[in-house]
Amino acid sequence: MLPSGPSRREFLRACAAAAAYAAAGKAGVAAAMAPPKSRVVVARDPALRGAGKTPGSARVLALLDRALMACYGRDNPLEAWKKAVRPGETVGLKVNCLGGRGMSTSVVLVDAICERLQQAGIREEDIVIWDRLESDLESGGFRARGKVRCIGNDSAGYEDDLEEFGSVGSLLSRTLTRTCDAVINLPVLKDHGITGMTAALKNLFGAIHNPNKYHPNGGDPYIADVNMLAPLRRKVRLHLCDAFTAQYEGGPSCMPQWQWAYNGLLVSGDPVALDYTAWQIIERKRAEKGMKSLAAAQRAPSYIATAADARHQLGTNDPHRIERLEV
Amino acid sequence: MGGADTSRREFLRQAALGSACAACCGWARGLFAAGAPPDDAQFIREAQFYEKQAHKKIKCKLCPRECAIDDRERGYCGARENRGGTYYTLVHSRVATAHIDPIEKKPFFHFHPGTLAFSLATAGCNVNCKFCQNWEISQVRPEQVRGEFAPPEKIAELSRGNACGAIAYTYSEPVIFMEYMLDCVDAGHKLGIPSVVVTGGYIQQEPLKKLCAGADAIKVDLKAFSQKYYTEVVNGELKPVLDGLVTMRSQGVWTEIVYLVVPALNDSDAEFRGLAQWIKQNLGADVPVHFTRFHPEYLLKNLPPTPVETLERAHQIAGAEGLHFAYIGNVPGHPAESTYCPKCHKVLIERAGFMVTQNRLKHGKCPDCQTAIPGKWG
Repeated sequence: MLPSGPSRREFLRACAAAAAYAAAGKAGVAAAMAPPKSRVVVARDPALRGAGKTPGSARVLALLDRALMACYGRDNPLEAWKKAVRPGETVGLKVNCLGGRGMSTSVVLVDAICERLQQAGIREEDIVIWDRLESDLESGGFRARGKVRCIGNDSAGYEDDLEEFGSVGSLLSRTLTRTCDAVINLPVLKDHGITGMTAALKNLFGAIHNPNKYHPNGGDPYIADVNMLAPLRRKVRLHLCDAFTAQYEGGPSCMPQWQWAYNGLLVSGDPVALDYTAWQIIERKRAEKGMKSLAAAQRAPSYIATAADARHQLGTNDPHRIERLEV
Repeated sequence: MGGADTSRREFLRQAALGSACAACCGWARGLFAAGAPPDDAQFIREAQFYEKQAHKKIKCKLCPRECAIDDRERGYCGARENRGGTYYTLVHSRVATAHIDPIEKKPFFHFHPGTLAFSLATAGCNVNCKFCQNWEISQVRPEQVRGEFAPPEKIAELSRGNACGAIAYTYSEPVIFMEYMLDCVDAGHKLGIPSVVVTGGYIQQEPLKKLCAGADAIKVDLKAFSQKYYTEVVNGELKPVLDGLVTMRSQGVWTEIVYLVVPALNDSDAEFRGLAQWIKQNLGADVPVHFTRFHPEYLLKNLPPTPVETLERAHQIAGAEGLHFAYIGNVPGHPAESTYCPKCHKVLIERAGFMVTQNRLKHGKCPDCQTAIPGKWG
């Protein structure tokens, strides 16, 4: 797996800092050895939709570029993408289409990503848009475009052998295990009636054959456990949450009355930090609308903390260790 | 040379058992006409036992889980789906597996012994037992395994045509295909064929009463006698299962219980004793209880098979607590596979594995002391 840009740089910074503080005594060393921060880029464009209702492709591409460059600390979008993927790899784009048109990963965003991936050296035929069902992909507006493939798990099938971690035992999508070398996780930002909210971590339920088994107890610890399955840990390189339109209540179904135009993208190599940030965005919107917090509604997304715990270490949910970068 | 005789008899029993299984068991896809894969649409019917709620949400009222399900989502079982605010079963007439088994394999030991059961399942289950032997159909969604279109009338005809004494709903969890099962029960009864249900018993009272009104026998897999085990191993709840057993008895449907004994997890003397006492107090001493042997499977491969001595301990405790019909299962040839008169203790039905090798019952009574033996003997 390629190290994600921010984490690697942060690690090197921490090492350098450790050396610098080495002579400063114990306290200085302890501070220097603190784990590196996880960067979450929140990229927004108030004019994303122009005069229309839907985001324009040029503005989306510009927003995507800004987000990726900030995430990887590069001043060229293609250099940023090359930190995530290598030429010759087959890259899966794990979209989320359960909500159908209106609450799925945006086609215009996926088109922009496909364009940049190809410019970064990924062949068109080596890009795969995938989700649980062919019908979900169709309802989200995804069809084969050029040589880019669209594959539902129902047609690709699942592996025969279980992958296990903790409370979870699942068969993994063959698109993940056999077709893709790398995966870009492309969730949407929305409320979820059982798990509180859903963004990066939960979107990977779309890689297993039995997600229905893992919703009890608000998905905790199941969501964290699924993200620990080895092929997912090996292959998911980047989490890029589509928050052009977000939903603060009534999810996961599409409920236009509870949607708002956030006009943003959340990008990170750390799915826990991204989900924590996404959760706060939803909570702020709920408060603004005079609604109960998710905790008060008995559905705080506790799985985020579980994903950060000592057993999982999938990332951080500590706001002091999250570098939120707004661009 | 008593030892040699015993070994020879055991050998012959095992051979007989093997032959019986080879003849009776096995995937019965050949029972269904070959053809193109069936169309998904023919399996979909509006479900019973649910409530419509605001914003196209529904609440399932079939099992105690009471899944709250959004539009385009499914419940825990994976076999029922909310489509636009209406709840559908996806598995009506969608048979994932079918076999012709001895009824002793279910196991039913007090229901028409020595007969065959046309045994079928759809995909899906409302729990997720870590030891599941059939997880490849129970823990998948219907579309993830091939399904044969088999409407209830066809099941009844196949049962009759294959000389089966009953239709058995088994292998996965028949509660989740309740609508199909109830229709098959009716179709079978029209041809004089009874229905037997093999279930975890995790079901709400209203659908259970409807099932009891139609089914001729129910065997409940009581997986443990502690909520801890139900939480950690089964992903379910104990109390609704116990409540369901009481309802089955009060509704007059013939009931047997299986208790799969898993080493270190549900095999303490205290648990066996508590189970036996509860059964005697709440269901009566005549309910057969089968203590069966665990084999490592699915998510519980790190444990050994149950020692026979553990099963014998459970059997002994159940007898000491006053249960009249305790059995040991999955240990072919064990003496505790056979039925004994609770009064004179003579053997009444001798079994070897799933085979009945001798049945001495006369009109449901012990031929030696005339004690009536509870069950459905035909």
